[in-house]
Amino acid sequence: MIVAEQKPFKEIVECLRGKYDLLIVPCMSCTAVCFAGGSQQGEELASALRIHCKMHGDGLNCTVRSLNRQCDPEFIEELAEEAAKADSILSLACGVGVQFLAERYPDKAVIPALNTRFAGGKTAPGIWEERCSLCGNCVLHVTGGICPITRCAKGLLNGPCGGSEQGVCEIDPDVPCAWQMIIDRMSTLGRLDELLAIQRPKDWSTGNAGGLRRLVREDLRG
Amino acid sequence: MSGRSKLQQVLENGGFAVTCEIGPPKGAAVDALREKVRFVRDYVHAANVTDCQTAVVRLSSIAAAVHLQGEGVEAVAQMTCRDRNRIAMQSDLLGAYSLGIRNLLCLTGDHQRFGNHPQARNVFDLDSVQLVDMVRAMQDEGVFQCGEPIRAGVPQFFLGAVENPFADPFEYRVLRLEKKINAGARFIQTQSVFDLERFRRFMELVRAKNLHRRCYILPGVSPVRSVRAVEYMRDRVPGITIPDQIVQRMRSAADPAQEGVEIGLELIAGLREIEGVAGIHIMAIAWEQVIPELVERAGLMRSGYPHIHKK
Repeated sequence: MIVAEQKPFKEIVECLRGKYDLLIVPCMSCTAVCFAGGSQQGEELASALRIHCKMHGDGLNCTVRSLNRQCDPEFIEELAEEAAKADSILSLACGVGVQFLAERYPDKAVIPALNTRFAGGKTAPGIWEERCSLCGNCVLHVTGGICPITRCAKGLLNGPCGGSEQGVCEIDPDVPCAWQMIIDRMSTLGRLDELLAIQRPKDWSTGNAGGLRRLVREDLRG
Repeated sequence: MSGRSKLQQVLENGGFAVTCEIGPPKGAAVDALREKVRFVRDYVHAANVTDCQTAVVRLSSIAAAVHLQGEGVEAVAQMTCRDRNRIAMQSDLLGAYSLGIRNLLCLTGDHQRFGNHPQARNVFDLDSVQLVDMVRAMQDEGVFQCGEPIRAGVPQFFLGAVENPFADPFEYRVLRLEKKINAGARFIQTQSVFDLERFRRFMELVRAKNLHRRCYILPGVSPVRSVRAVEYMRDRVPGITIPDQIVQRMRSAADPAQEGVEIGLELIAGLREIEGVAGIHIMAIAWEQVIPELVERAGLMRSGYPHIHKK
């Protein structure tokens, strides 16, 4: 899923620039699952804004309206009526949702309440970790199911650098060396010798180096 | 545009090669660099010039290499994967060759987190194995990485790579060395050796695979000047392990700098006895002045072959 975290409240207030005729839109998909942008977080944010406005003598007119997904025009359409009444939309979705809202409601100021962090998952209560860099050209079959592009600080494809010590990455003792993990896993699978094959330079054009990415499925087009 | 480098000739003639490392300045003035180089000129076959080591901005390796060669010292230009994509790498390599650089060492590069621009975006378009392989293909097949032919002037570097026998996982280090040799590395310079025992075990694995006959291995030697220096290397430099015994010796020494020389000499003597060691690579960080003494006292000036090239 897309993992996100809420921006500091102070920053959200600054982003609003005194416009408190507000529609707060939680997203019930990824950002709700990681407790950053669900309806509960939306209500909490509304309460915090009410208190803030009261303390500063600002008028606040705010509605909270959750959407199942903000990365889908069908769901975004549901907002039309409420959006018409608001000056600003505060989205608790990832960057995709914020942009879809901005595209659909071009005359509204659409403001992100979250920082979108990465594609990952929960590894322990309260801890999320990145797993995929969305490079568009998966190599996990070669690397024992562990992504070196995402999990190695240098994105190396041909083995660990000289900074791998006792299973730990040189950049941070809390970061495991992805290549140690890959080697351990390939050893377990009895496939260590496969790592002798030189992985050719990667085609990054499927990644974010290639500009805006678009996926077309002719079989699904209307 | 041809000719083998002196370093290549020494190694191919069975000589025991001595290289050292020179760090370029943090500025555009090169007087001090040239002076440092003159100091070591008669004591090494070639000097490596680092490429923004530890991710700190310095005068470029290729430019500094040209200054070195102007002082009569053959340079080994270094290139890391951290700061350049494949386009810039190939362009800089053509430039380096056109300026007379004949030795090239390919490395991954320290992460920018350690440097003076930790907020920089790194590149790592290629990794070090892919870099070696790309240069080999440029030289052997006369093509750029994309497959297009190089028009006029195919570079012919004496191509090297690095290995760190002290990083983990230990057994995989030999496989990675083999990979770099398969990619086209002709010589290998290693991370500084302090733990001779571990390096001997590494070389056993290297010989078991006959890799020492497929490349020239130059283990790194770092003379340490002070207790502070040895502790800094142990604690702060990624990929270096220093046995307690060496730290203890430095601590209890009346003259730590002299003790550092003695330790360096013992390491060189130990390394020379290991089958498959083709030379040494001296990394006297911020202490290049010690190189002449070290080389002379190690007996490398009287090796019975003309390995020291007077200007």
